[in-house]
Amino acid sequence: MRPDEPSRRDFLAAGTGLLVFSHAGPLDAQQPAAGARRNGYPTDFNAYLRVGADGRVTGLVGKVEMGQGEMTALAQCLADELDVAFDSVDMVMGDSGLCPWDSGTGGSTCIQAFSFVLRRAAAEARAVLLEMAGEQLQAPVERLRVSNGVVTDPAQDKRIAYAQIVQGKRIERHLANVPLKPVADFRVMGRVQPRKGAVDMVTGKTKYAGDIALPGMLCARILRPPAHGATLQSVDTSAAEKAGARVVRTGDLIAILHERRDVADAALRLVKARFEPPPPGPDDRTIFDHLIETAPPATLVGERGNPAEGEKQAAHIVEETYLNSYVAHAPIETHSAVAAFEDGKFTIWASVQWPFQVAQQVAQALGVAPESVRVIASVVGGGFGGKSVTTPTGARQAHEAARLARAVGRPVQVVWDRAEEFFYTNFRPAAVVKVRSGLDGAGKIVSWVYQVWGAGNRDSISVYDIPNQRTTSAGGWQDNANPPGMHPFGVGPWRGPSANTNTFARESHLDLLAAKAGCDPVEFRLNHLTDQRLRRALDTAAKRFGWQPAKAPSGRGVGVACATYKGDSRMATMAEVAVDKVTGHVQVKRVVSVMDLGLTVDPEGCQLQLEGGFIMGMGYALTEEIHFQGGAIRDRDFDTYRIPRFSSAPRIETFLIDNPSTPPAGCGEPPALTAGAVIANAIFDAVGVRLCELPMTPERVRSAMQRA
Amino acid sequence: MQQTISFTLNGKPERVTVDGERMLLWVLRGDLGLTGAKYGCDAAACGACTVIVDKEAVRSCSIPVKDIAGKRVLTIEGLAQDGKLHAIQEAFVKHHAFQCGYCTPGMILSAYALLLKKPRPAAGEIVAHMDGNLCRCGSYPRIVAAIEEAAAVARGGTE
Repeated sequence: MRPDEPSRRDFLAAGTGLLVFSHAGPLDAQQPAAGARRNGYPTDFNAYLRVGADGRVTGLVGKVEMGQGEMTALAQCLADELDVAFDSVDMVMGDSGLCPWDSGTGGSTCIQAFSFVLRRAAAEARAVLLEMAGEQLQAPVERLRVSNGVVTDPAQDKRIAYAQIVQGKRIERHLANVPLKPVADFRVMGRVQPRKGAVDMVTGKTKYAGDIALPGMLCARILRPPAHGATLQSVDTSAAEKAGARVVRTGDLIAILHERRDVADAALRLVKARFEPPPPGPDDRTIFDHLIETAPPATLVGERGNPAEGEKQAAHIVEETYLNSYVAHAPIETHSAVAAFEDGKFTIWASVQWPFQVAQQVAQALGVAPESVRVIASVVGGGFGGKSVTTPTGARQAHEAARLARAVGRPVQVVWDRAEEFFYTNFRPAAVVKVRSGLDGAGKIVSWVYQVWGAGNRDSISVYDIPNQRTTSAGGWQDNANPPGMHPFGVGPWRGPSANTNTFARESHLDLLAAKAGCDPVEFRLNHLTDQRLRRALDTAAKRFGWQPAKAPSGRGVGVACATYKGDSRMATMAEVAVDKVTGHVQVKRVVSVMDLGLTVDPEGCQLQLEGGFIMGMGYALTEEIHFQGGAIRDRDFDTYRIPRFSSAPRIETFLIDNPSTPPAGCGEPPALTAGAVIANAIFDAVGVRLCELPMTPERVRSAMQRA
Repeated sequence: MQQTISFTLNGKPERVTVDGERMLLWVLRGDLGLTGAKYGCDAAACGACTVIVDKEAVRSCSIPVKDIAGKRVLTIEGLAQDGKLHAIQEAFVKHHAFQCGYCTPGMILSAYALLLKKPRPAAGEIVAHMDGNLCRCGSYPRIVAAIEEAAAVARGGTE
């Protein structure tokens, strides 16, 4: 959680009207929202919503819609608390010039944390509108009813619409301690709604950053090094200029510009450049030893009991090492930006997850006042963490477009090609996990020592009830957590950072122990699980899947894995796979995924995340891995970097646990967490070999079967 | 080499004078202002740029514009008729068959070509035909369901 993200404790207090945000000051919604300042969420509801003279409501939110469905879910929050029709709400999102400040889109916090900010604003606005309606209708507020933005006084049979009360003006009145709507009164939240923006998406009208065309705009293609760490020795751009392209050199950027993107691209290929290669570094085979050698000292994440003492009770000590590769986010929309520089001000349309932070960074980098940069990320073609700015590469394209726009005095478009996307994305880090565990004669885990290198500590502490355990972590996905050279290129958040690695290792190891104990993997988990929400999710998954208890390997190819995320989400997944014993190819046939998210604002959106997240997770589980030699990335397109496709998708059934009394948990990232382990466990169940390295490519499955 | 190329674009005659070796995608996006066809790769490896050329689904990133001379090109902008969504578009909306929506125009047009050729595709045929269209958000099962529904609607919804 970032410092300015309100905590869940705040939200629990929200119902009693005690919600207070630090750093918050009133903000005029009609003025630019001072994007550069980390000034916290405004408390003035006018910053988040406007009631138009036509009765339509505009919601203003600095979060970014990148496919996770927030535009729909947040409109639901607004419509319900305000008592207006869902269809009457239009959302303006991700625009640092129009929307109130926001902390950024990531960490699955949008509904988990931010929905309360928006609901509170809408609830207060409704109460103020009701008070004003009472004055106009000369009726006590308690007597008034609201429906679809119309206030009715049944006693006098009089009515007045919000639009008549507001008359297109700003609402200057405020009320304190307005309670949120109780779940029982929800009419829009918790129900399936049409997706906002859907018709534009199916008709090609949606404008992603790369679709913005401005008069006089030039498309830039930028000279890139062949490897991270390579340095430019000499460059000859004369052939590109002869081909009619404009060449601009500003700082370390050498850009080839033309009105047409493909012409610029062809001209870039004419540039002759010589680079000094970087010193040799690790490759995708040696990286794991390298990580352990170069990682910073491990820090203690959690400790309970005494693992050394616990081992004394153990009948078996079970040790294993788990590995995972670097993976790319690979959104189909590559990093894109269009920047215009006019009258000393920048307007940047960019596919980024954190528009306010990007505006601040660009202002700082270009030496202009923070209010001189407006970043618009109204819709993004997939992010998954790759377009966040925890690392400088997350929004590199926005910086590049801004610098070039100022240099040439015309709007500039930067749309990375696929090779650039595979080169500069902030990769999910390669990681090593070592687990040493002890199992007693009764099949109970009595000790657990868990060490992770490279991935980070999120969800590294076992969710299972183990009396003696110790968890340490060295280095992580936050690029600045690692010494230079540890990861040979930038790393960052990738859908459930740390947690996707830690879930793979923990849930694989649980099955290893279950097999050692001769116990059914579900029963073994339940024997070590006191968390009631996770038990319920696991029980539900077993029922929905039709899990028949058996000791693995049973030959059926079924597997289970559980996950928690950031202490909030609970998830249980079961899968059935078929393993081709000749080729080693793994086909996931059926998946059942159950999630307890607490209160769900948009159940359909949650199901989309459960389905899509698992399918995306199948990529790092089975096929995706960055091939590299030192700083040189070998993968340049989808031919060698295979992401899941139609033919890989299983039949997938998703279920949400009905638990509206618990505050909402994050839903965007967790569905990707269980893919590695549930497939590894199902492979073990099918053919009796354990894959401890991701991805579980046909070659690795085949060679594991040959070794067995 | 600059050349004048005439073709039919979304039902209307169109003429461009461009280097005929340029790829159709960039002429559509840059010269004709139709941004519904998306860039995803340069190698026909993702399907985001798919358009219809004479009833076939074509990767516009990899077809030189000279090759479409005299042909009929349909882009996503031309699929809805008189403001009414095509059955495939309707089905995509109904099934929430997308998340970020970036691959969606290519998905819909690939499906359109399939249904032209095979009005009653089996699920396996849908998967085989669509396999070159990538969706990173993982909407595949929903897209298959949407295509099945659109096929049923086109047959009058009787099956």
